[in-house]
Amino acid sequence: MPRFLKEFFDRNGLGIGSLMLGLVLFWTIGLIILPQLSMLDFSFRPNLPPPEIGGPKDVYTMENYRYLVFGPEGGSQSYNAVDLKVFYRTLIAAIFVTIFNLILCYPIAYYLAQTKGNHIRIFALMLIIPYWINEILRAFALRIIFGETGVLNNLLVAAGIFDTPFDFVRNDIALYAGLGYAYILLMIFPIYNVIESLDRNQIEAARDMGASWPMIHRRVVIPYAKPGISSGCTMVFMLSAGALAAPQILGGPSSLWFTQLIYQQFNDNSDWPQGAAYAVVLLVTCILLVLALMRVFKVNMGDIGK
Amino acid sequence: MSAGVGVDLENLWIRFGDFVAVRDANVNINGGDFFSFLGPSGCGKTTILRAVSGFLDPSDGRVLIGGNDMKGIGPNKRPTALIFQNLALFPLMKVWENITFSMEIKGASAKERRKRADELLDMIALPGQGDKLPSELSGGQRQRVAIARALCAEPDVLLLDEPLSALDLKLRQHMRTELREIQKRVGITFIYITHDQGEALTMSDNIAVMRAGVIDQIGNGKAIYNDPATAFAASFVGENNVFRGKVKRMMGSEALIETNRSGDLVARISSANQGRLKEGDAAMMFIRPEAFALAPDGASGDHFVTARVNHEEFEGNTFNIFMEGEGGKELKVAIPNLGQSFEDHTGQSITLEYEAQNAVVVPAGELAAE
Ligand SMILES: Nc1ncnc2c1ncn2[C@@H]1O[C@H](COP(=O)(O)OP(=O)(O)OP(=O)(O)O)[C@@H](O)[C@H]1O
Ligand SMILES: [Mg+2]
Repeated sequence: MPRFLKEFFDRNGLGIGSLMLGLVLFWTIGLIILPQLSMLDFSFRPNLPPPEIGGPKDVYTMENYRYLVFGPEGGSQSYNAVDLKVFYRTLIAAIFVTIFNLILCYPIAYYLAQTKGNHIRIFALMLIIPYWINEILRAFALRIIFGETGVLNNLLVAAGIFDTPFDFVRNDIALYAGLGYAYILLMIFPIYNVIESLDRNQIEAARDMGASWPMIHRRVVIPYAKPGISSGCTMVFMLSAGALAAPQILGGPSSLWFTQLIYQQFNDNSDWPQGAAYAVVLLVTCILLVLALMRVFKVNMGDIGK
Repeated sequence: MSAGVGVDLENLWIRFGDFVAVRDANVNINGGDFFSFLGPSGCGKTTILRAVSGFLDPSDGRVLIGGNDMKGIGPNKRPTALIFQNLALFPLMKVWENITFSMEIKGASAKERRKRADELLDMIALPGQGDKLPSELSGGQRQRVAIARALCAEPDVLLLDEPLSALDLKLRQHMRTELREIQKRVGITFIYITHDQGEALTMSDNIAVMRAGVIDQIGNGKAIYNDPATAFAASFVGENNVFRGKVKRMMGSEALIETNRSGDLVARISSANQGRLKEGDAAMMFIRPEAFALAPDGASGDHFVTARVNHEEFEGNTFNIFMEGEGGKELKVAIPNLGQSFEDHTGQSITLEYEAQNAVVVPAGELAAE
């Protein structure tokens, strides 16, 4: 038995230890790894009617992946331009949502973490309570605000800033706002957690030596908060790229999110293998992108768990 | 370097809500001095230092550095550098980056900074350690890095907030000498905060003794130790035996004190209280353990104290005698060990003598907590 396991059992006893270990293994293997493996398996099989499953036609194939890149066999175009464009746009948009979220949340997290007093708890509550409302309702609420005859347009037109209502939905502003808003807490709290443990004296020491506020953030606070920032960014990026409700409700008619394509494959086309292949591509690309960015910013995997 | 930049506190008050942390402090610190604020925990030392460095605005009164009022000037614009109680080194920067952070702010090139860091590392006797992280250094080494970092900013006034309190005794004593030497070498004003009277006495040119937001006395080490202005200063700085009573008769610069337990005793009136203490005033008289000598049996008079011995101990350089004293507190006597024979007096009543100039009387007042 490896040492960490032995220590684990020594600390928790055999009974509780096995129970805890069993639950964790069931969670990771039973609920995450096995279903994902079966999706992976799906993605390499042809879409067959139920009687033919397991029959001679049920063989492993790259067809589903080929389809994403090259489109239908004998199609008019040499590449599946439509789907690829959606894929690429989704990733870029998710990156922008993440950056936008970071810029918005870092000051909030810093303020919450470095200020003392009761009003901070009220602030935190005001951030948390909206999340009691379910995601779909929140998205529709944003539609009410951003719609062509929505609150925002009425205000802007009444104030004379715009002559005619501006279509926030068609221009994807509603979508970005919705996605940004959906994951604010996941960005704020990891950063807040790290900055809260930053010794105030370090900030004062930098200030005492003549540093300006931007300098203090660049050299003292941000390097220290890097684990929290990376963990927040990873979560927001992964979840935005994989979001479905917000794009469905707030997306303009011309702008599909890649998850919507996956959903169509599973639901409208009943083509599970094709949907699985799209989902696998999205997942793997996101992971690779995150790993690459972690490399660039010199973040360790261990930091993400902080 | 010139004579250095002085610091003055003029009628300085600092309040937190209703709580008064500093009450009407008036201090003149000469340029180039090693000046200490000495006082128990919570008396407002850090608060004063923060007011000087600019992190805290005075509620009333002024802070002057080099004669200039510092009102409205932020900590990043003052010619001071603060060494924090916990040092506050930047954990993610290498030692040399830590030391030269103030140069980085001013936009100095990496090469210049590296060069300056190496000079300072030599000065603090840590050559070649620039590429380590602070966490890879020992406590004493980190201490010296914090000093180098502060000195690198070339401040006119260096402020030190109990910088040695985290170190073990040996290192603390070593660092005292080192700090004093560094101060002499760079010639700038040091303002040092401590609750350790040994540190204050050994290093300082001048000391301010603080109690609960009030400065009781300012003077050099000898004056503070030998000529305390208040009961608090007398009991806080060094070991002291207190005799409570009242002034029976004034005799020029001395007074005869009618003590509660030990009869009438003579003592010198401390200089700050000359002319202020009157007959009939409640008074406290202090005699240090080392100011007593054993007297022949049966001797009596206004400079003899007789009491029963509770217990004795041998401390190497001294024989310590603990005798019944006032209010349950023992009277301590330290007889230097010069190789003489020394009999055990436990349980006996013995008589001690002292010289009037070694006993000092101040108005009755609050004593330092043990
Ligand atoms: N920001 C603040 N708000 C309210 N009270 C404060 C604040 N800062 C300090 N105090 C109070 O002022 C008093 C003096 O505090 P200060 O930190 O100056 O003490 P100190 O002499 O440095 O003590 P120590 O030796 O323990 O560091 C304390 O009673 C403290 O509770
Ligand atoms: Mg303090």
